[in-house]
Amino acid sequence: MSRLAVPAGSARAADAAPPPADPGFGVYVHWPFCAAKCPYCDFNSHVRHAPVDQARFAAALAAEARAMAERAPGKRVTSIFLGGGTPSLMAPETVGAVLDAVAAAWTVDADAEISMEANPSSVEAERFRGYRAAGVNRVSLGVQALDDRELRFLGRLHDVDQALAAIRLARETFPRLSFDLIYGRPGQTPEAWAAELERAIGLASDHLSLYQLTIEPDTMFEKLYRAGKLAMPDEETGAALYAVTQAVCEAHGMPAYEVSNHAVPGGECRHNLVYWRYGEYAGVGPGAHGRLVSGGRRHALATAREPERWLARVESWGDGVDADDILSEEEAGDEMLLMGLRLVEGIDLRRYRAIAGRGLDPGRLADLVAHGMVETIGPDRVRATRAGAFVLDAVVADLAA
Amino acid sequence: MTTAPQKNIRNFSIVAHIDHGKSTLADRLIQATGGLSDREMKDQVLDSMDIERERGITIKAQTVRLAYTAKDGETYTLNLMDTPGHVDFAYEVSRSLAACEGSLLVVDASQGVEAQTLANVYQAIDNNHEIVPILNKIDLPAAEPDRIKQQIEEVIGIDASNAVPISAKTGLNIDLVLEAIVERLPPPNGDPDAPLKAMLVDSWYDTYLGVVVLVRIIDGHLRKGDRIRMMGSGAAYDVERVGWFTPKMVSSEALGPGEIGFFTGSIKEVADTRVGDTITDDRRPTDAALPGFRPAQPVVFCGLFPVDAAEFEDLRAAMGKLRLNDASFSFEMETSAALGFGFRCGFLGLLHLEIIQERLEREFNLDLIATAPSVVYRIRLTSGDEIELHNPADMPDVVKIDTISEPWIRATILTPDEYLGAILKLCQDRRGIQADLSYVGNRAMVIYDLPLNEVVFDFYDRLKSVSKGYASFDYQLTDYREGDLVKMQILVNAEPVDALSMLVHKTQAERRGRAMCEKLKDLIPQHLFVIPIQAAIGGKIIARETVRALRKDVTAKCYGGDVTRKRKLLEKQKEGKKRMRQFGKVEIPQEAFIAALKMDE
Ligand SMILES: Nc1nc2c(ncn2[C@@H]2O[C@H](COP(=O)(O)OP(=O)(O)OP(=O)(O)O)[C@@H](O)[C@H]2O)c(=O)[nH]1
Ligand SMILES: C[S@@+](CC[C@H](N)C(=O)[O-])C[C@H]1O[C@@H](n2cnc3c(N)ncnc32)[C@H](O)[C@@H]1O
Ligand code: SF4
Ligand SMILES: [Mg+2]
Repeated sequence: MSRLAVPAGSARAADAAPPPADPGFGVYVHWPFCAAKCPYCDFNSHVRHAPVDQARFAAALAAEARAMAERAPGKRVTSIFLGGGTPSLMAPETVGAVLDAVAAAWTVDADAEISMEANPSSVEAERFRGYRAAGVNRVSLGVQALDDRELRFLGRLHDVDQALAAIRLARETFPRLSFDLIYGRPGQTPEAWAAELERAIGLASDHLSLYQLTIEPDTMFEKLYRAGKLAMPDEETGAALYAVTQAVCEAHGMPAYEVSNHAVPGGECRHNLVYWRYGEYAGVGPGAHGRLVSGGRRHALATAREPERWLARVESWGDGVDADDILSEEEAGDEMLLMGLRLVEGIDLRRYRAIAGRGLDPGRLADLVAHGMVETIGPDRVRATRAGAFVLDAVVADLAA
Repeated sequence: MTTAPQKNIRNFSIVAHIDHGKSTLADRLIQATGGLSDREMKDQVLDSMDIERERGITIKAQTVRLAYTAKDGETYTLNLMDTPGHVDFAYEVSRSLAACEGSLLVVDASQGVEAQTLANVYQAIDNNHEIVPILNKIDLPAAEPDRIKQQIEEVIGIDASNAVPISAKTGLNIDLVLEAIVERLPPPNGDPDAPLKAMLVDSWYDTYLGVVVLVRIIDGHLRKGDRIRMMGSGAAYDVERVGWFTPKMVSSEALGPGEIGFFTGSIKEVADTRVGDTITDDRRPTDAALPGFRPAQPVVFCGLFPVDAAEFEDLRAAMGKLRLNDASFSFEMETSAALGFGFRCGFLGLLHLEIIQERLEREFNLDLIATAPSVVYRIRLTSGDEIELHNPADMPDVVKIDTISEPWIRATILTPDEYLGAILKLCQDRRGIQADLSYVGNRAMVIYDLPLNEVVFDFYDRLKSVSKGYASFDYQLTDYREGDLVKMQILVNAEPVDALSMLVHKTQAERRGRAMCEKLKDLIPQHLFVIPIQAAIGGKIIARETVRALRKDVTAKCYGGDVTRKRKLLEKQKEGKKRMRQFGKVEIPQEAFIAALKMDE
């Protein structure tokens, strides 16, 4: 485990190297199936009781990648991300076919980051080696908790032992590894979470995603919550949990580089950085989103969410695109703020002006600076302060208004 | 030219306390004379506005012409005017009474005489009306027609020996009512040969016909094609259409003396048709105008502002049209730092305020904010000048003020005995001074002098709740009295919010201030900073609350590349912010504002 010590006293890291001018080009591929639906999850994930015809889906994913490349031809792909759902339910051949299709549709950089999400319950050494052979060089494991009772509460199909085994195997197989934890669970104290997090950092490689549990609409947890059966932490506890997260991670050299994402310097997820830096990316697969610039305008693309409907569309029309909206300057500006202010590096004001067609309101900016919510870095960058990160949604709403 | 012979005309109003069955009786009369077929009939058919039907009350007086063949074999023209019972619409009653020679006084035979029964019957007597008492709802088991008959004689002092017992609901004895109208009410006696003299009773705006004017012909004739003049406003028009309502609109050639009907002309100026004005022949004018109606005195004021500033002109036009239909409501332009351009409006009461606001919103598709209701204060300045204050925000500097007076009312409350204690306490809490207490059968009648300011907030509601709805209430403006009144300001984040400032009696200030701060605390959304909310008199803080700062508000979860979803949420937030008003650095949503202004205790 490599770990760099961060100088004490630096509240927000990542001041040093300015981000690259070009955010890169990412390709996201969505695998929409899971072995079971988690009670908190509102992602586009579906449980199928009959085996999924993987060859057919692989062919459709490949076809849609080609269709996307027609909309955004000639790109150099800097990252690919296989997300879900549960992509680790894909056969290595399926993964191989999809990655080959992406490579055929565009040019993939030799050192491109190729990530894949995996659930600890569906991990086997054989398959991991297959993914690696297909080109995957980074895995993100859905560990979620390091406590068997909590894992059951979260409806997960794995226990802590399986999670540890998956981490070990992933570290042996892939150059880079991240895993996800969900905190802010009912009854979880900041102290208990700090201990769990310390243990997680001990197991971590270069990256951790730490998500505070959110009650999402139309989930089982929402029903329980409405029925008063989930004692979610209040605002104050939520703030304390978030503060503890920052403190523990910083103390161990894994500062946040985004609201919920932590890495050792250089270990950041390059693919997700494309989103946050509001670069261009293609979305392939059911319910995948893309942002592509063509004819000087930024297009927001989304494909059909329902897997079989998506499949039928791709098979008859070549893609499953459900929405292709040209974003107005205001919309694009809003999106850039929403994404960019999540990053510790903040946003480039010149780029914002180019995309939004206007600058940030100086009065509102000054107010937010005066309240200690936002700070400027040199003449051309702004970012949320540590305090601002706690209430980022309100800060963004203020700046976007 | 055939207009009805005057001896066969009967013009009458139906008056009563609220809900005693006026509109239902009108239904039966229309039905019995064949004005509408059974298929066309519905309950309270004259209550044609949506608001009237929803609330089950009459707001606008309505006139219908019925043809009735009596036992004597003659056919009579009956002009029936159904009036509202609620005190806030008393102005409608007075207009109707002025157009008639007689009244049907409807009294619910189980409830008996109530506050508005008294108020309306005295008005009818003032208008020299012949009165036919009607005991309604005798189908109810609780009806006590004999006792109520006696009560009418004792309390009102009119002969009730031949009061007609009916059920407007079942139609029982409606024939007797029709005969009583013909036999006991007098016919009009205008001069058919004199120059036209007609009273402008009502007018309204019709999308197809433009301005429609309801008139009572006193002398002479009003014919299609005539050129007429409104003597008060001076405007002249050619009469295009003449007729009446059965309640369906029927066109005719002319209206003769004693008749009630409508006319239209190409009337563009809403302001030209003033209720109470005298209409005459432009070429052969009458020499004496009618006395007109006493203008309604607005007693409650509030500001009405469009939610969307762009709708200001629409609001102005809508108010003009509505005012045509309701002369008792007044408005003048006002600007507010918080709310932009709008109008300060005067009303006859809180229900009137509510109804006007709702009609503006519904009939004209506007979105409005109403500020806290207030009364008109009179301020004597140290310079000796006296000014009227319609809006607490305009209050002059305290050092320039000598005295402040506020309007007082004399309230008459009738209540079953068991609620008397609670009602006396309520009046006492509102700075009331008891003037009289007597008994009418087993009901107590209390007379109280009260500052109107204490009544405009929630007095009716409280009265209703402490008396389980049994007490009835009526009031009259009496005089202005000097009071220990102070201006209370509300400061949000140290900035005064003018639309929330109010004049209060010193003894009530702290209670009101505390209530307002507590309410605002829950209504103002959390900001990125702590927001103090204070109530202050002069420089002195009398109540204080704080809105805590936001602690945690950030979407933790990753949505991958699905920015659309986050953007949609942001757009909603931005939309919400557009509906917010900025007070210094604090944004207060309009809804919060309205809720705060609706404050009771
Ligand atoms: N049982 C019974 N109910 C009646 C009778 N007449 C009227 N009602 C009911 O009393 C209620 C009020 O009747 P309305 O005719 O609307 O009374 P109103 O006097 O016109 O009321 P406002 O116009 O609001 O002053 C309705 O629910 C009627 O159905 C009656 O003879 N018997
Ligand atoms: C795209 S999801 C799914 C990854 C993978 N299928 C799994 O569950 O292991 C990525 C992460 O979002 C987080 N997540 C999902 N729903 C959440 C919720 N309601 N609140 C907080 N985090 C959530 C989980 O940590 C999850 O691993
Ligand atoms: S495994 Fe992941 S994607 Fe599937 S239901 Fe659970 S959280 Fe959602
Ligand atoms: Mg009625």
